[in-house]
Amino acid sequence: MSRVVVVGAGPAGMAAARAAAQAGTDVLLIDSGARLGGQYHRQDTRAGTERFTLPARVEHLAESVVWALEPVAGGHRVHVRTGPADGPGRSGRSIDTPALVLATGAFDRALPFPGWDLPGVFTAGAAQALAKGQGVRVGERVLLAGTGPFLLPVARSLLDVGAEVAGVLEAGDPVTGWLARPGGGLSAGIGKLGELAGYASVLARQRVPYRRRTTVIEAHGTDRVESVTTARLRPDWTVVPGSARRVEVDAVCVGFGFTPQLELAVAARCALADGFVTVDAAQATSVPGVFAAGELTGIGGAELSAAEGEIAGASAARLLGAHPAPPVRALRKARRGRRFAAALDAAYPVRDGWRTWLREDTLVCRCEEVTYGELRGAAREREVCGGRALKLVTRAGLGPCQGRVCGRAVAELTGIPDAAATFARRPIAAPIRLGELAEEPTL
Amino acid sequence: MVSPDVVVAGAGMIGAACAEALSAAGLEVTVLDRGAIAAGTTAAGEGNVLVSDKAPGPELELARVSRRRWPELLAALREELGPALAEAEWEAKGGLVVATTPDAAASLSRFAAAQRAVGIRADEIAPADAAALEPHLTRKVTAAVHYPEDAQLQPVLAATTLLAAVRARGGEVRAGTEVLGVTRDSAGRVSGVRTDRGTIACRAVVNACGPWAGSFAARVGAPINVLPRRGMILVTGPLPPGTVRRKVYDADYVGAVASGEADLQTSTVVESTRAGTVLIGSSRERVGFDDTVRIDVLRELARKAVALFPVLADVPVMRAYGGFRPYAPDHLPVIGADPRLPGLWHATGHEGAGIGLAAATGRLLADLFTGAVPEVDPEPFRVDRAAVIDGEAAA
Repeated sequence: MSRVVVVGAGPAGMAAARAAAQAGTDVLLIDSGARLGGQYHRQDTRAGTERFTLPARVEHLAESVVWALEPVAGGHRVHVRTGPADGPGRSGRSIDTPALVLATGAFDRALPFPGWDLPGVFTAGAAQALAKGQGVRVGERVLLAGTGPFLLPVARSLLDVGAEVAGVLEAGDPVTGWLARPGGGLSAGIGKLGELAGYASVLARQRVPYRRRTTVIEAHGTDRVESVTTARLRPDWTVVPGSARRVEVDAVCVGFGFTPQLELAVAARCALADGFVTVDAAQATSVPGVFAAGELTGIGGAELSAAEGEIAGASAARLLGAHPAPPVRALRKARRGRRFAAALDAAYPVRDGWRTWLREDTLVCRCEEVTYGELRGAAREREVCGGRALKLVTRAGLGPCQGRVCGRAVAELTGIPDAAATFARRPIAAPIRLGELAEEPTL
Repeated sequence: MVSPDVVVAGAGMIGAACAEALSAAGLEVTVLDRGAIAAGTTAAGEGNVLVSDKAPGPELELARVSRRRWPELLAALREELGPALAEAEWEAKGGLVVATTPDAAASLSRFAAAQRAVGIRADEIAPADAAALEPHLTRKVTAAVHYPEDAQLQPVLAATTLLAAVRARGGEVRAGTEVLGVTRDSAGRVSGVRTDRGTIACRAVVNACGPWAGSFAARVGAPINVLPRRGMILVTGPLPPGTVRRKVYDADYVGAVASGEADLQTSTVVESTRAGTVLIGSSRERVGFDDTVRIDVLRELARKAVALFPVLADVPVMRAYGGFRPYAPDHLPVIGADPRLPGLWHATGHEGAGIGLAAATGRLLADLFTGAVPEVDPEPFRVDRAAVIDGEAAA
């Protein structure tokens, strides 16, 4: 029980592990990837060397998923499987810890639109992971659509692997957004802005068009994407009549912000606000012995995540009796970063008008093939008003992704407020084979 | 709004069945639920409509009538509401109970013989025939009984179908409305319910609050002994059709249902759903309303399921969910009028069998309400029996 356990080895988790180890405590760092860095630093798995080094006190458990979390006396029990997800012979382990740091990050939010279930439609994050992790380009000619600054580094990654980027379509109008909130946020994000300006100039050199208030409203193709329809958007994201254009591409990448990876925090019963984990200045959640850092607590980029991770790691070490120096610089960075995050959030909102892109036959839940019409019909005719009943009546969110992709869309399209929270409740946080579950745990 | 004759508190399966039967009898019904409809115990079960797991006695009698009534009721509602709204994934798939030890074989055989004596179809078949019915079943089977009458439905669909019928007949269903208490007339009879959204005048109120029926009853001043018993279910990813064909369970299930002893029991029930997923139940824990997921409980379910169907070892578990079953200390449902408070009725305490027993429960309650002659003897389910109104709850 004497180790800090950190889940997630992205910028937040690595910083947490480092800080806790530097304070003199042993750390177990668990991550599903083969290499450190998470989605942000996605390392090329073909490269021979590990880019990051961690203090000796940190044990890195790679290719490991935490499939369940349960409270035990004095802390939490973390249930882990290690080994390639699809291969046989994953090994199981359960670790008890009084100080748990959750740094599970976030994944791209995709909005449903006609044709989004065609092969060739990727989330921006998946396209970037393939490019950076394996050198694979998702298409020869690719269009990016969505909202937020993250589209820029994805475009950059696609260019790096030799794809032609037909354009980056920003659904919002971020300049107006930024100007509408003068002061704090903007200046707090100077470093971040510099990074983004760097991407923008790369795209400009490569003559990649960047269009605001424009998005992909439909993908076409028989077996895979052959073209898409783009359209200009009004401020509420409804389509400007007559603005539809057909663009020939063989892949489209979409990203409308991020959804935090909440299942472990929910399993630990951490309090949430606005869909993110609530933390105090020490990154402590509402649950004693559980800390959270990074995108779980709000979307603010790698720098903020690392600062929060450092604070969380120090707090976790302190709980184990260490006396780390107060992480003053990290605290300052985190404060600034949060102002930037708030400004970012305000600059790139997802507007309700996206719902008008859907048709009755547009799939909302791709796993269970539930259409928009079926979803609305079931909710209306059977007067379903709760998330759990909605799932069972429509089957939306019951498939392999367990609502990770469609949960928020289902909640918004049906107007059932607790649907998103219901979809995040996943006691089995990652798939596990029945035979693995049946094994006696090794503590 | 015209005042309803009856307010049903609880929009789960039992409340929906009572409301449907009362409205079919011509009464004006309003159904209230403090939360969402069909979102509690109803959304947490497998949808069992079983005769196989019950020993001869009043519950089996109720189960038998209910098993006959369910398809009739759904057929009638299909006429009334149309096929889409009456779809409840009814499947008369049959059950297969197997024993894997000599001792279990002997007690299963005795149990089945007793059921046959009261008219249940319980066909003892050779292990080889069990293997023919379920090709993936373990070869360690020592005895098997086939129950062709066992069936399954999707409980949330079924409950929302029943509630749709209530609405179609002019009744009302209101979610997010909590009953705080009852009002009484000068004679002491129920004259209305007080809710967090105002008072609704009515002649009677039905307590169909499932595991929360005990606290509802206490709140209206007529406490009953109905307590929660936790259960967990595992759900696998979709499997090829025919991997599991019926409801298959280990003979140890029979002992667990009837027992109130251990704080944790698991017994294996494995069955497929129309979506291709396999449901694995079930556990029974007495932990109050604590909904913490216990991995050791899930492990036990997994272990026993793999023992029954070795092929399941490589199948991914997609999710686990849990809920609370309502039970009375004597493990019999509580159905009928409460003599202590005229106008108060109860329909609860069905433990893990509420989905199966709902059709007959609704009809029984409506018959008692209207003075019709019930098909099932109501005596064993009466509210004022010692196990239900004596002891702690009365204190």
